[in-house]
Amino acid sequence: MKPTDTQHPDWFHRVVDCQWACPAHTDVPEYIRLIAQGRFTDAYMVNRDSNVFPGILGRVCDRPCEPACRRGRVEDKPVAICRLKRVAADHKGEVAHRLPQAPAKNNGRRIACIGAGPASLTVANDLLPLGYEVTIFEAHGKPGGLMRSNIPSFRLPAETLDEEIGFITGMGAEIRLGHRINSMKALLDEGWDAVFVGSGAPRGKDLQLPGRDEAAANIHIGIDWLESVAFEHTKQIGRRVLIIGVGNTAMDCCRSALRLGAKDVKVMARKPRNFFKASDWELEDAESENVEIVVNHSPKAFVVEDGRLTGMVFEQMAYEFDERGKITGQRVTGERFYPADDVVLAIGQENAFPWIERDLGIEFDKWEVPVVDETTHAATRPGVFFGGDSAFGPKNIIWAVAHGHTAAVSIHLHCEGRELDKRRPRTLKMEPRKMGLHEWAYSNDFDPLERRLVPHVELKKRFRRLDIEVELGFAAEQAAQEVQRCLNCDVQTVFTASLCIECDACIDICPVDCLGILPNGDEHSLRQGLKAPANNLEQPFFVSEPLKQTGRVMVKDENLCVHCGLCAERCPTDAWDMQKSHVRLPYAADEEPLCPDKQRRSA
Amino acid sequence: MTYIAKPRVDHPGLTRNALGMTRRDYEGALSTLCAGCGHDSVTAAIVRACWEMALPPHRVVKLSGIGCSSKTPAYFLSQSHGINTVHGRMPSVATGAAAANRQLTFMGISGDGDSLSIGLGQFCHAMRRNVRMLYIIENNGVYGLTKGQFSASADIGSKAKKGEINMQPPIDPVLTALTAGATFVARSFSGDKEQLVPLIKAGLSHDGFALIDVLSPCVTFNDHEDSTKSYAFSRQFYHPAVHTDFVAPAEEIRARYDEGASMELELHDGSHLALRKVEPEYDPTDRDGAFVKIHERIQAGEWLTGLLYVETGREEMHGLNNTVHDPLATLPFSALCPGAETLDRTLARYR
Ligand SMILES: Cc1cc2nc3c(=O)[nH]c(=O)nc-3n(C[C@H](O)[C@H](O)[C@H](O)COP(=O)(O)OP(=O)(O)OC[C@H]3O[C@@H](n4cnc5c(N)ncnc54)[C@H](O)[C@@H]3O)c2cc1C
Ligand SMILES: Cc1ncc(C[n+]2csc(CCOP(=O)(O)OP(=O)(O)O)c2C)c(N)n1
Ligand code: SF4
Ligand code: SF4
Ligand code: SF4
Ligand SMILES: [Mg+2]
Repeated sequence: MKPTDTQHPDWFHRVVDCQWACPAHTDVPEYIRLIAQGRFTDAYMVNRDSNVFPGILGRVCDRPCEPACRRGRVEDKPVAICRLKRVAADHKGEVAHRLPQAPAKNNGRRIACIGAGPASLTVANDLLPLGYEVTIFEAHGKPGGLMRSNIPSFRLPAETLDEEIGFITGMGAEIRLGHRINSMKALLDEGWDAVFVGSGAPRGKDLQLPGRDEAAANIHIGIDWLESVAFEHTKQIGRRVLIIGVGNTAMDCCRSALRLGAKDVKVMARKPRNFFKASDWELEDAESENVEIVVNHSPKAFVVEDGRLTGMVFEQMAYEFDERGKITGQRVTGERFYPADDVVLAIGQENAFPWIERDLGIEFDKWEVPVVDETTHAATRPGVFFGGDSAFGPKNIIWAVAHGHTAAVSIHLHCEGRELDKRRPRTLKMEPRKMGLHEWAYSNDFDPLERRLVPHVELKKRFRRLDIEVELGFAAEQAAQEVQRCLNCDVQTVFTASLCIECDACIDICPVDCLGILPNGDEHSLRQGLKAPANNLEQPFFVSEPLKQTGRVMVKDENLCVHCGLCAERCPTDAWDMQKSHVRLPYAADEEPLCPDKQRRSA
Repeated sequence: MTYIAKPRVDHPGLTRNALGMTRRDYEGALSTLCAGCGHDSVTAAIVRACWEMALPPHRVVKLSGIGCSSKTPAYFLSQSHGINTVHGRMPSVATGAAAANRQLTFMGISGDGDSLSIGLGQFCHAMRRNVRMLYIIENNGVYGLTKGQFSASADIGSKAKKGEINMQPPIDPVLTALTAGATFVARSFSGDKEQLVPLIKAGLSHDGFALIDVLSPCVTFNDHEDSTKSYAFSRQFYHPAVHTDFVAPAEEIRARYDEGASMELELHDGSHLALRKVEPEYDPTDRDGAFVKIHERIQAGEWLTGLLYVETGREEMHGLNNTVHDPLATLPFSALCPGAETLDRTLARYR
């Protein structure tokens, strides 16, 4: 194999599994260390730099970082990354003075954002400090998008939303509430310098089965129903409720139903459990509230008597699987009736743009989805950008934030008259962590502690009101323990081949058998040549320059490295060193040509 | 040395041996040797060999003298018996221990100072007696522990770190072993575990005294230029003469070898050694021939390595002395101490 180019900004970035998996590339290990030091405000600011809404995301983020977390491979359970984010938000001090500020004089450019969801809010967050005038049009009476209208307040309290959205309006974003854009043409005619579409994926899917129209009064589309609950138009529901679908929306629907008076709530799933779309923790929370999840039931008909819904008939399904667990066949084994007073359909969402005229140069594909560039977020009409759920279909908040950052860079480049694809690359900075003999500027002891559990409000107490937040967040002591589980994946093992004397000390000491000195060969032979073969092909595999004495190469399987630093500690020649990698993502402010010394980032 | 203990976090793919133990169960305390010391690599090779052989750790006795090398038994097999004896006196303690219980596995770890300077006499007599033990010399040409004075294995012309040059002829443990009658004589290098691990396994299975002289650089006092025991020098001048594959009793010999260049030996416990000769005319069962070849090559500045001499079938100490089979500790008191009357009778014979 060729020697690894560790100078490539992605090389060490990939090693930090959580940061690599996070769409906004939040510097997780850095904020976890700050929490460990009790520097909650600093931890909050590190988060805010990349994900803008640490308090919100610390509660409801989809957490793609956690399944990626190395700790989950070394043991069973990943670090509770998301819950630690909330610790930073809950315990932070005053941050107002550390937030980015809009300059006294604006730059004369006006940007319109459609929808006040996380995507648009991120665009505003990034552009306001550069002097842009940002106006957000929002159909609803309150800002926040689905975070406000669909994520129930027992998971995400209104105060948290208000605070973090407030930071952005505080910078001078103008949000025109109750202002639905009904014509893109009319908006474009107003002469904005750029328009950002952050209108989400607002249409919930319907289920056309016999009885649908007759029973309409008691059949609800999940996201519309949650919205009407959030804005207090709906205050009750029947005693027996069936939720159709088993994604995250279904979980919010069933738990909301319990809080509006339902006593018997069943979530009806067409397939077996390992095909559920809902995250494990959402399923756990719902089941702990005694929601029953019924598998292998495919909806067949709504049953109506005297013009009123009495229940639903389901086909009972049986499936065949191949050895990988994929479904290869299915058959109906019977039918069953489930009584119900209300049914909530939670079977998916799509984006819809009835308000965008099709003759504006904004192209749509044959599924009526806008054509959007994946790296610049530009539509086919110059000056129009899409982000969040509106761009590529429903995702989640952290993706909407990531899109917002990217789109903000594009909008800035567009307004500067520069090419959208000539963007600054990600950069990587390495910083030594050696302080002296046997002294490293990070806590490198492996702590065998198991993942801490977050306390919840007692079952008896939580249904009294809709807005009693169920999760309580880590207590100080739990947080102090959980932070020690992080392996500091950003404190990287950096190798200098010319220094190595091939003494094997590093290989012998490595607790998880990551290292080897082998005759060079193809990737397969090197991966298999380690004491513990490097079978996780998704994980980076390092190969050094040829070593001086024998011409063999040092190889390292990054998969299970616990970043204990023992290789560096044992190396007589400092051929291995531990260095902290800083991945810098370019934001709109970094592109700014005029005043390069102005820092968007907090110190 | 290191201050952070090697964390007890295991690779989830770590395999278990016949006893259900992982390699890490054969480790010992945190090493306090200098980072990069060859001795730590030998320790790792011992751990691997014992794990692969599935030795029950409580049936192993580790013995050593004094020196950095002699400290290492603390760093492997923490569940085994062990003793750090007086400097150079490990062979006699090992002989005594082996006499008392022939059913255990004995492993002596020594240094070139420990075995060739102060302990030379003891070392030779253990070989003469053919005590059944594996005897490893971690050979670095210096007294590491006492800050790098030349030991008896230092080569003529080798330069010390501070510049002085050794003028006395070296005592070579391999040649010494051949003359003293050792029945298993090998040389290896701490930086070549592929060679060392099978040799350790073979030595532990040998029914008699098995010596492995391991070139094991002292990274602190003897790894400079003009040292003949540095990593760079050892790598350049070591020549494997015989590759040894160790095949445990129940296993089949899988690899196929060229005829002429290979030979197979059966050990007393049913295990096999498959020897692949790099130099076809070298015969590791010919003591005199081996002596000549090794000596010639040393004169030429080269280290022949591998299993250089092996003799199966010669009686080890217990066989030679016709001793009891059972460990002394398990014999009834009456057998161990036949009483005053018998003593009087015996003494009477000498009056
Ligand atoms: C029930 C449910 C639960 C969810 N739970 C989570 C969760 O726990 N974690 C997570 O990360 N994600 C969750 N999501 C997904 C997440 O909320 C969305 O992916 C995210 O909010 C998308 O952000 P956005 O900025 O693209 O748009 P949205 O948040 O959808 O905001 C779009 C806004 O635009 C407004 N708008 C639309 N059209 C117009 C128009 N023409 N004129 C003016 N305004 C308009 C809408 O009123 C809305 O306020 C959930 C989604 C649902 C449905
Ligand atoms: C009776 C006695 N004499 C001298 C010493 C001092 N001493 C300690 S270790 C050592 C030499 C060890 O050399 P070696 O066996 O080569 O071990 P290394 O440290 O090189 O591994 C000496 C002379 C001693 N401990 N006891
Ligand atoms: S152990 Fe820490 S740094 Fe590593 S992936 Fe998990 S959270 Fe990130
Ligand atoms: S410890 Fe250092 S010198 Fe020794 S093999 Fe490892 S990298 Fe090379
Ligand atoms: S002094 Fe030499 S022999 Fe002793 S531990 Fe250090 S490197 Fe090893
Ligand atoms: Mg020595």
